[in-house]
Amino acid sequence: MSALADRRETGYRRDALWIAALVHRLSGVALALFLPLHFLVLGLAIRSDASLDSFLGWARQPLVKCAEAGVVFCLAVHLAGGLRVLMLETRGWRPGQRNLAIAGVLVAALAGAAYLIGA
Amino acid sequence: MKNLIVSIWRGREDGRFVTYEAPRNESQTVLDIVTYIQREVDPTLSYRFACRVGVCGSCAMTVNGRPRWTCRTHVSKVVEDNRLQIGPLANLPVIKDLATDMTRFFERWQDAKGAFAPTATRADPIAAIKPEDARRQAVDAGIECINCGVCWSACDTVRWNADYLGPAALNRAWTLQNDARDGAAKERLSAVAQKGGCQACHSHQSCERHCPQGLNPTASIAGLKKMSLSAYLRGELK
Amino acid sequence: MSFRLYHLQRATALVLAPLVLAHLFVIFYATSKGLSAASILSRTRGSDGWAAFYGLFVLAAAIHGAIGLRNVLAEWGPAPLARNPRALEAIVWTLALALGALGLRAVYAVVA
Repeated sequence: MSALADRRETGYRRDALWIAALVHRLSGVALALFLPLHFLVLGLAIRSDASLDSFLGWARQPLVKCAEAGVVFCLAVHLAGGLRVLMLETRGWRPGQRNLAIAGVLVAALAGAAYLIGA
Repeated sequence: MKNLIVSIWRGREDGRFVTYEAPRNESQTVLDIVTYIQREVDPTLSYRFACRVGVCGSCAMTVNGRPRWTCRTHVSKVVEDNRLQIGPLANLPVIKDLATDMTRFFERWQDAKGAFAPTATRADPIAAIKPEDARRQAVDAGIECINCGVCWSACDTVRWNADYLGPAALNRAWTLQNDARDGAAKERLSAVAQKGGCQACHSHQSCERHCPQGLNPTASIAGLKKMSLSAYLRGELK
Repeated sequence: MSFRLYHLQRATALVLAPLVLAHLFVIFYATSKGLSAASILSRTRGSDGWAAFYGLFVLAAAIHGAIGLRNVLAEWGPAPLARNPRALEAIVWTLALALGALGLRAVYAVVA
């Protein structure tokens, strides 16, 4: 690796919209990795209702609940961020993108928290 | 005032930062500092500048981690802890010290069909375009680019995608797409909707954040995306 | 990313947006009521509505997720892969098929 690559040149990454794009990407990757597991678990119902039920029982543990709240957050934040980008790309430019991006993360965080409390 | 501690990139890609000291003055710009070091400390330091007043776009460098036009960046605005780190622009090969090879940046302007294609001759009357015309206003919002390369250097899509045309070239294409006198809209739209075109943009908006002219290439690129989407839906683009 | 994949990505996003919103409500409803597997399955089994809803969801998500992963690999993946359009293309369709097949099997499990 060249020494030049080490030099500080990425200060522009300290920005709400850069972070929003990163959150969108990481939540998307997390969802894509989660999906096969989700599908396999639901597939348990093919064999018997009981095997799905025993899984649901296991899933009521606090640690698993927290992980699930994380998935809910990823889904909500990916939806909110995706809607913002979709609007931007199909309807043309609108100002206030930073506020919209921050609002999306807040709403998604609320959804994740609501899942933890409600479940 | 205390002397400023300045580290400056020396050499090519495999170079290193070398630390200098420079006296601090009122209203001093980053370019003043580089010039001081070249004239008073080490005449072998290479860098580019011409106009010193923010018109020519040749003095952009990476200052404390962000690309800036150095002639109009006051030291007081960017200094951190009495230190400045000055490197060449990112995402471009380094020729020597602070001078980069901007060939790729300018080639992208050609790739994006950034040249005006006239439809009239000098015998024709001058096209009448009203200032309040929506397309004219879209052009106005994007035309003060000075080709400094700051947006290119601040763009992670450029960093991650070797095919990407970059914010400046796409912004230029957008202004031409809105120019009523231009006759190459179709070819240009297909050029900017190719692999590496406007669709590659992630709307990080770093270009808008850093453009010294206050332009918003992300907005222009969003306009191109919308324009190419409707052309795609009409079956004019594949 | 190719023009075609870009639009496929946006089109599936458009399909997914309302489905995800509805799915989030389903999640909140099912967990707040503490529904058991049996009570969930009694609602879904034999329901054409749920079959269509989640069938469409699975297909759109499989394509959307596969293209998304391809784009991440193209930008952040190891150079030999990131610079190989054919390999990336193969990855998209392999992932989409695998995700779609697993997903449809899951939908079948809960509605059939």
